[in-house]
Amino acid sequence: MPLYPEQASNFAPSVDALMVYITAVCLFFAVAVTAAVIFFFFKYRRKTAGEIGVPIHGDMRLEVVWLVVPMLLALTMFAGGAVVYVDFRRPPMDTLDIYVIGKQWMWKSQQPTGLKEINELHVPVGRNVKLIMASEDVIHDFSVPDFRVKMDVVPGHYNTLWFRPTKPGKYHFFCSQYCGTNHAVMGGWVTVMEPADYEAWLSGSSSADASPVDAGQKLFAEKACNTCHLPDGKGRAPSLNGVYQGKVLLADGSTVTADDAYIRESILAPNAKVVAGYQPVMPTFQGQLTEEQILALTAYVKSLQSQPVPATGAGIAPAGKK
Amino acid sequence: MSSLPAAGNQLPREHYLNATYGLRSWLLTTDHKRIALLYLISVTFFFAIGGTFAGVIRIHLLTPNGYLVTPETYNKLFTMHGVAMIFFFLIPSIPAVLGNFLIPLMIGAKDLAFPKINLLSWYIYLVGGGFVLYSFATGGLDTGWTFYTPLSSVYSNSAVTPAVLGVFINGFSSILTGLNFIVTIHTMRAPGMTWFRLPLFVWAHYATSIIFILGTPVIAITLLLAGLERMLHLGFFNPALGGDPILFQHLFWFYSHPAVYIMILPAMGVISEIIPTFARKPIFGYTFIAGSSIAIAVIGFFVWAHHMFLTGESAYAALTFSLLSYLVAIPSAVKVFNWTSTLYKGSISYDTPMLYALGFIGLFLVGGLTGLFLACLGLDIHLHDTYFVIAHFHYIMVGGAVMGYVGGIHYWWPKITGRLYPEALARVAAVTLFVGFNLTFFPQFILGYLGMPRRYHSYPPEFQVFNVMSTAGASILAIGYLLPMIYLTWSMRYGKVAGRNPWPATGLEWQTDSPPLTENFDVTPEVTWEAYDFVNRPDLGLDVKSAPSLAPAHGDD
Repeated sequence: MPLYPEQASNFAPSVDALMVYITAVCLFFAVAVTAAVIFFFFKYRRKTAGEIGVPIHGDMRLEVVWLVVPMLLALTMFAGGAVVYVDFRRPPMDTLDIYVIGKQWMWKSQQPTGLKEINELHVPVGRNVKLIMASEDVIHDFSVPDFRVKMDVVPGHYNTLWFRPTKPGKYHFFCSQYCGTNHAVMGGWVTVMEPADYEAWLSGSSSADASPVDAGQKLFAEKACNTCHLPDGKGRAPSLNGVYQGKVLLADGSTVTADDAYIRESILAPNAKVVAGYQPVMPTFQGQLTEEQILALTAYVKSLQSQPVPATGAGIAPAGKK
Repeated sequence: MSSLPAAGNQLPREHYLNATYGLRSWLLTTDHKRIALLYLISVTFFFAIGGTFAGVIRIHLLTPNGYLVTPETYNKLFTMHGVAMIFFFLIPSIPAVLGNFLIPLMIGAKDLAFPKINLLSWYIYLVGGGFVLYSFATGGLDTGWTFYTPLSSVYSNSAVTPAVLGVFINGFSSILTGLNFIVTIHTMRAPGMTWFRLPLFVWAHYATSIIFILGTPVIAITLLLAGLERMLHLGFFNPALGGDPILFQHLFWFYSHPAVYIMILPAMGVISEIIPTFARKPIFGYTFIAGSSIAIAVIGFFVWAHHMFLTGESAYAALTFSLLSYLVAIPSAVKVFNWTSTLYKGSISYDTPMLYALGFIGLFLVGGLTGLFLACLGLDIHLHDTYFVIAHFHYIMVGGAVMGYVGGIHYWWPKITGRLYPEALARVAAVTLFVGFNLTFFPQFILGYLGMPRRYHSYPPEFQVFNVMSTAGASILAIGYLLPMIYLTWSMRYGKVAGRNPWPATGLEWQTDSPPLTENFDVTPEVTWEAYDFVNRPDLGLDVKSAPSLAPAHGDD
């Protein structure tokens, strides 16, 4: 059982140092007071029924000591915290700027090149990264525990958050400010890459070597399609198992065949033909996917044709209905 | 264990409970003791509701995916848990139940200064509570107890308006109670009851009343504005209409941070009564404990924006509020040191109220010290809005305020009902509460540092171990709460008769019958002794010669 998260940014060591310092001071006082209480409790337990204690009313010297000493220690904690916080609130000049938008209940980010991601954030290791954040609706909070950073994302305000990733890897990020129904699933992954990999990823070649189905499956997870399109049909969007070339019942009562064109349209303009029984909540991926990637996703959806179709929540129209 | 034999104790022939009979005599009573019992029943009702919600939350969080309830229901559960517990249990609990019952008795008065307003406070509480229950029953409330805008004022689909109205109305109950206490303490003290002879419980309630009067109007205005924005689409906090959501947080915390002290100060007052009684010696540093209550009430008004370090508020504001937050910790530390020193060379007994008081010191210590982590700007970046915060404030509010309340109920139960509860069972319950509480909330500190955000319906599987520990603790905690509810109710009829002063204790409330007369005292008492003085009180029947050689007093007193 780990007691602290991974240290993956420039802030992690200093925040952890504050934690260790304050814990040490507090542990000293907690142990001292608890030990005194327990010791007195046994040492001065009542011996006879009518006994009374020694009438001591106080001691001015002690009062001064325990006013001044905790005050001085508190000031050191304040100062240590202030140094880290001021650093955190003043981003350096040479940052990689990434725009982040929070909305109920997903995160959108955009790289300087214009590449957009949903519930994903790719950054190079060792580079100062600044997130410029806005909200489309309520207050959210972008939080990466492994980096020890978080910042509220407030409608009507731009808030910035900076950090320097120090270790390649995948790190969970969360929405930390309660924002309504699906607050708990409004999160994703920060992928910290070696600079060369990051450049390759930016130019869209990261999936070049994989087969279209494999690349599509990866994209399906990267773009968070799989958070709603659950295979068992219990998500906020229909299961895609067996949907390819099947009949799909739409919200307006008509049916459509799920061919390549329909799949492409559903990715780029998801609200054009919404499946019956579902809300038009899927965001458009227009401009966020290269043609190659759309092809890969389509290939992946095709590959699901052979998967078991759930009894409810499937994309295809149930046999009884037209 | 009561050390003196309760020789041939009998209930007094006439007392406030049997002075008059019938529902009407209770619903129209102006007796502060009866009103306290009305509050006791109503806050227990809200505690049961809030506790049930908490139980469902804990069961739900046993598994990472949380299969028990839907996200909507989960969000309503934690919101309604918070609203019921904070506004309708914790804030009124000690002041309106114990404060109401005891302040006139402790200062030698016949009643509060405004008995009818006291009854009005209870009715206002009921009306406010009614609106909130209506909200719970018709769609529930899913905004979080903090009602942050624009979620509450624009986006939420739950019954926000009646809930906000209920909390707004309930505020007037607090304001009137605070006013009543302040006037009573100023004007109705018995002859000889000088300010520095007042029990520290009264000092704590004086400080609490200041916050009631100065703070509560602000939350009332704030929630009214949020309600107006929701109903009439006026743009106070909604940026789409030119408002600012951060303004809401400033106004909200200007009350709600001092409200934390409304909850904890009275509990500190209870502890300051229990410790001298069961250590049989004067409290150490009376003036420092009294003064620290006032200091907490005053400084407590200047720390609110420490809830907002990561909203994007100015870094200079953050620095100021961090410094002030460290400042407000000092008076609390002073109290803990003084309570601990009071035990030194005492004659300490293991009676149930003392177990609660010692448990309070331990839990409040953890709660207070973890506040230092959150006041630290750099560390708060990581800890803000995680389970660390949840653990911290439950240590203060449950470990502190509720332990103080339950301890106080036990301590004054013989005075309130005239009867003793079963001591052995009560000790078992006290230990059960302490163990259950720690097992529930200590793992949440670790969860928080690992990064688990609060208010999550589901969570990544790596957090499960600590959640399971927490739920296990909550089951023990539930037993710890159920036991006193059962045996205290049982003791009202079957408990041993207590007599006037079973512990014995030095306060004026112990100088009259148990239960007291409607008028509290046969004749207005005259106070000739200092607070918590056992030596010059032959009437207590204690062996005053037993105190070992008197240590020379230093400075204070």
